[in-house]
Amino acid sequence: MTRLTLTRAWAATILFAAFAILPMIAQALGDSYLIVIATRILAYAIAALALDLILGYGGMVSFGHAAYLGIGAYAVAILGRAGITDLGAHMLAAIAVAAVFALITGAISLRTRGIYFIMITLAFAQMGYFFFVSLSAYGGDDGVTLNARSTVFGQPLLENNTALYYTALALLIGLYLLAVAITRSRFGRVLTGARENPLRMQAIGFSPFRYQLTAYVISGCMASIAGVMLANQASYVSPSYMDWHRSGELVVMVVFGGIGNLLGAVAGATIALLLEEWLALLTKHWPILFGLILVLVVLYSRDGLSGFFRRNRS
Amino acid sequence: MSLLDVRGLRKAYGALNVTDDLNLSVEKGELHAIIGPNGAGKSTLIAQLSGQAGSDAGSVRFDGAEMMGQPMHARVRAGMSRSFQITSILPGFTVLENVAAAVQARRGSSFRFFAPVAGERALNDTAMEALARVGIAERAAMRAGSLSHGEKRQLELAIALATAPKLLLLDEPLAGTSGQEAERLVEVMRSLKGEVTLVLIEHDMDAVFSLADRISVLVYGRIIATGRPDEVRTDPKVRAAYLGEETAEEGA
Amino acid sequence: MTNLFLLQLLNGMQFGILLFLIAAGLTLVFGIMDFVNLAHGVVYMVGAYLVVTFTSLTGSYGLGLLLTLPATLLVGLVLELSVFRRLYERPHLDQVLATFGLVMIITEGVQVIWGAAPLSVPMPELLSGSVPLIGAMRYPVFRLVIIAAGLLTALGLYLVIGHTRIGMRLRAGASNRAMVAALGVDIGKLFTVIFAFGAMLAGFAGAMVAPVLTVDPGMGEQVLILAFVVIVIGGIGSVRGAFAGALLVGLVDTLGRSFGPILLRAVMEPAAAGQAGRVLAPMLVYILMAVILAVRPSGLFGAKT
Ligand SMILES: Nc1ncnc2c1ncn2[C@@H]1O[C@H](COP(=O)(O)OP(=O)(O)OP(=O)(O)O)[C@@H](O)[C@H]1O
Ligand SMILES: [Mg+2]
Repeated sequence: MTRLTLTRAWAATILFAAFAILPMIAQALGDSYLIVIATRILAYAIAALALDLILGYGGMVSFGHAAYLGIGAYAVAILGRAGITDLGAHMLAAIAVAAVFALITGAISLRTRGIYFIMITLAFAQMGYFFFVSLSAYGGDDGVTLNARSTVFGQPLLENNTALYYTALALLIGLYLLAVAITRSRFGRVLTGARENPLRMQAIGFSPFRYQLTAYVISGCMASIAGVMLANQASYVSPSYMDWHRSGELVVMVVFGGIGNLLGAVAGATIALLLEEWLALLTKHWPILFGLILVLVVLYSRDGLSGFFRRNRS
Repeated sequence: MSLLDVRGLRKAYGALNVTDDLNLSVEKGELHAIIGPNGAGKSTLIAQLSGQAGSDAGSVRFDGAEMMGQPMHARVRAGMSRSFQITSILPGFTVLENVAAAVQARRGSSFRFFAPVAGERALNDTAMEALARVGIAERAAMRAGSLSHGEKRQLELAIALATAPKLLLLDEPLAGTSGQEAERLVEVMRSLKGEVTLVLIEHDMDAVFSLADRISVLVYGRIIATGRPDEVRTDPKVRAAYLGEETAEEGA
Repeated sequence: MTNLFLLQLLNGMQFGILLFLIAAGLTLVFGIMDFVNLAHGVVYMVGAYLVVTFTSLTGSYGLGLLLTLPATLLVGLVLELSVFRRLYERPHLDQVLATFGLVMIITEGVQVIWGAAPLSVPMPELLSGSVPLIGAMRYPVFRLVIIAAGLLTALGLYLVIGHTRIGMRLRAGASNRAMVAALGVDIGKLFTVIFAFGAMLAGFAGAMVAPVLTVDPGMGEQVLILAFVVIVIGGIGSVRGAFAGALLVGLVDTLGRSFGPILLRAVMEPAAAGQAGRVLAPMLVYILMAVILAVRPSGLFGAKT
């Protein structure tokens, strides 16, 4: 094992251990809101991780990943109303629908490059948004409040916020390990190679499209699990999960943490959400400040945000 | 039957016929050099043969199968590999990984998601052999992007070799290499003769005439002569079109 | 039924024209500068807000409109000089992030200045009437004016791009960026002009629809994404493609919403048809985009890759 991967393993251990003891700290502080925010952070971290897999390793700038949050969230609402409350069933349904959606939209988007890809992923997510807006049975624009959270083995275990938190953490850690394995596998090598130099990969006998599409589908499925967690956390589902601003925030998270560095996506989600929370305390017009920070950091770091953070880290 | 049989190949960029009704046969086992002045359409021909660029008309039969319409990666898998005139590597990968990726492409499925690829001895060993063959084995762990220009040319050849082709299309492998590196590459090509069928595009005439079994001369998208080196050297058409004006006047 | 169809046809055209005004500048920016600009929709919104203010200041919508044009031109200029021009050489990801930041700033900033509640502009007296279509059906004059103004703009763009020197440079640049530089054109200036002009067109669109729509902070976002769809359908960098794409999207969206359920009723239960129509109609333009891309990945008028 190289030094770099060892360092990363340590950083991951420390970060996840910090998350693991957080509920105890929250309890000691008597702050029950902390665990709510932290659960949201974990859910978004899952989505950012998923996005980093294709953005950082595959070079695919998807500006429509919020679609998968929505798919996951609505899987909980729709199955829940049909009387199917099991968390596993919710996740399976979310993954299945996300896979189909990603397969179709990815196959079309990946025929294009650059700006086209960004715009098309954005447009397809918007299509999903309007689909759920027009679903009047589920509240349309206003969304719908869940009767109950998902159940585990028929038990309403997740009604307890701490249990939900640890479930999200376990999922995040599992998916993180999965993503790390993927990036180091044969598949990951082809995916990264296709980002570095697609022509070269073709010239040694790979069709980048197949690998990119597969990665896109995997990423969509992972992100849909984040949607399942978000719906449970808020006990509420609405099309706003698929808002294009949400897709933008996911990209911001990935970049904040440093792209192509899965752990960075987790850190980036944490930073972005805490920053939002903090700015919202200062003023109700916090998006101005958030936007300003975004613009300034992009402008005043020579190789963009990732460069800025890299420079400040070293 | 020839290993590669090109008939009536055409390609135009606007009004410019870069490949103009081109015919070419490459026999199994030979080293077939293609020479021609700058802009004659040599790289374009390689691009058409490898599937990187489309063709307007014609047929490319390789090893008995029609390749026209097949994408690049399929032609590579059929056994037709190429190198690039302008180095094309994976700069962020290590030198070893660049070559191992090429080995991976032909050995087993790459839809494997869990096992770490860095630990696959079989891939790495074969990749090391290719690196050793072109003489940059000691660079294996370096980032490919940080190699010197000449070393990148060596890596370019190692990657092409690692695809284990039946036919290797080399587009100016010596371009920009220094004396020692060039010698090394010429020796590698010599050692490949008989083992692999080679199509070599090269401006270095010493190398071409010492290596080639046959030479084709490409001018304005057409092959104007094909033959053994001594035949080509004395062909008046070649002298007229390619080797210089004073000889053309002599012939006239 | 034919009357309703004619009515919706006109509505669809009007919507398409609006999308064209927004997409025209954007497609040039994308095509010539290879630059992703998410902040174009907010300029349209700013145009609408400015016309509200200028109209109430001057008491005249016409004057308000006249003031809005240079003002949005100025907005485009400021954005280009302060932010965009530093991003041309950057990866798309940086462009996306910076312009996304601008969207956040401007959308929220508008609410600070004008409040979050929807505003409106009174219809100018002169244009507030309606003209008879077939039979008893009438159509508002102002919407016809929007269509006419849009068509005139399209004609003007066609003349400028097809028959002037700057137009020639634009066309050269859209198909081959290196060529513009080779022609010895000051690229920086050309970019600034395109940006400012594109912003003015978007502001013009916003100002034109302010009397018929409500002016609110969300109005820029939906048209932005539809403008993307228009550009993708038409082919990046092609103003002609943007025109065709915009009309196509405007018509398909409008007609789909009103006739989709009716058509579905022919093959389904009325109730189910209504529901399916409502769900499908807003998705139609995206499905259209998908189909066109599947057949022609570079759009209807895009350069083949
Ligand atoms: N993509 C392209 N578009 C337009 N013209 C092209 C394109 N690619 C090549 N050409 C033209 O086709 C001709 C042949 O180019 P090509 O690169 O095949 O020549 P070459 O024989 O490899 O030359 P060299 O010895 O310099 O490598 C040249 O005139 C070149 O300008
Ligand atoms: Mg060449």
